[in-house]
Amino acid sequence: MLSISGLGKIFSGGVAALENIDLRMARGEFIALLGPSGCGKSTLLRIVAGLIAPTSGRVEWAAALQEGDIGVVFQEPTLMPWANVRKNVETPLRIAGVPATERTARAMEMLALVGLENFALAYPRTLSGGMKMRVAIARALITRPPLLLLDEPFAALDEITRQQLNDDLLDICNKAQLSVLFVTHSAAEAVYLSERILIMSARPGTIRRELRINAPEPRAEAFRHSQQFAAYCGEISAALREAAV
Amino acid sequence: MSAARILAPLLLVLGLLALWEGLVHIWQVPVFVLPAPSAIGQALYEDFASLAFSAWMTLRISLTAFVLAVLGGVALAMLFSQSRMIEMALFPLAVILQVTPIVAIAPLIVIWAGMDNPNRALLLMAWIAAFFPVLSNMTLGLRAADHGLLELYRLYGASRWQVLIQIRMPSALPYLLPAMKISGGLALIGTVVAEFVAGSGASMGLAWRIMESGNRLQIAKMFAALLLLSLLGIAVFFCLSALEYLLLRRWHESRVVREA
Repeated sequence: MLSISGLGKIFSGGVAALENIDLRMARGEFIALLGPSGCGKSTLLRIVAGLIAPTSGRVEWAAALQEGDIGVVFQEPTLMPWANVRKNVETPLRIAGVPATERTARAMEMLALVGLENFALAYPRTLSGGMKMRVAIARALITRPPLLLLDEPFAALDEITRQQLNDDLLDICNKAQLSVLFVTHSAAEAVYLSERILIMSARPGTIRRELRINAPEPRAEAFRHSQQFAAYCGEISAALREAAV
Repeated sequence: MSAARILAPLLLVLGLLALWEGLVHIWQVPVFVLPAPSAIGQALYEDFASLAFSAWMTLRISLTAFVLAVLGGVALAMLFSQSRMIEMALFPLAVILQVTPIVAIAPLIVIWAGMDNPNRALLLMAWIAAFFPVLSNMTLGLRAADHGLLELYRLYGASRWQVLIQIRMPSALPYLLPAMKISGGLALIGTVVAEFVAGSGASMGLAWRIMESGNRLQIAKMFAALLLLSLLGIAVFFCLSALEYLLLRRWHESRVVREA
């Protein structure tokens, strides 16, 4: 569904952020991009989202996919503080000019999906960090995109909330048959969530290693405490140390 | 707490008025130097019709100038937000207009704009006084929109107009509303200054009443006009504060009440 070949990015200041990235993504696949901070993971995500243009190489889409068919969740929830939760979730549909009644119905559906149906009229500042992230996820899902791009969405949350949101995310992805490109710097999170992990090197970012996680689906709490999980985490930590050099 | 907030200043003002009244009587201050509060009250009562008419004249020009200043400032700031070129070209002119003392250009404005219609000159001067804070803060506010939200809108292919109306305008509200409070006061000050400069005969506002009573040594009436003037200023400020509260209370940090 997505094919990236020979992708490179040099910023106008001369900083080489990405170099020769190749990536093929199948429909329904969950891929994690893991790497030291500043390795260009976010830059890669933004290129895929179409927010910045690559210097070289290309991003190709499956024929069925249009450019707007992407949901993005940034590191920050980036909600409009002056609008309530429901209106925030409706944003992509409002931009597209969808009629108000349909917008509202879809937003309520998405809020139910992330477990916030009772907070539709709340203002963002009254919500916790985890709830704000759920709102951002609901907003990203409202256009029913086949591809979701997540840029360290849970980095600022506490461990318990983060694990809860990880489980919810997997649940949503399975239900909606979503493909996900997930940027993180947590090895454990990457192992728990994804089918494939791409480990990136420090600047300029290249894909140093690819790792397939063979674990039973759907993933559940038990996987987190398995020996297999610990082994994967150990392997990835070693690879990350290597990539940072 | 809220009772004390109203009572404390009220008691202070009443106390000061009583002191004023007492001292004027004890020292037998001539009424053409400093009239007692009771004399001011009497002047206000006796000349209420003419004073209220003048207050209305002043208020009408101030409010018109204020509304035009807000509309003009917001519209120009919106234009600036769309083109850096236009902003670079026009902003220095706005600054020149702002830093030139209104009194210094008043005679010119009276000649150019006020020959056939003195109120037009007053309006223009009040507008110049009130315009800049709105333009300056609104320009800043439109630019202060959350970068992440702007990116989100770009992601979904929003038009410039959608970005302006749905993201930049609400982001600018916390900047615009305090500027409107400043502008409201400046519009009133601008009108009064303009009335002074425009001189007698042409306008019948409160400034004219003040000059007239000064010339006739009717100091009590002068104080009554001053009192009305400050009441107007307070009313304008109060209304704009209420507007700010209504628009920001639900979401803006400045309105968040935290439990101690």
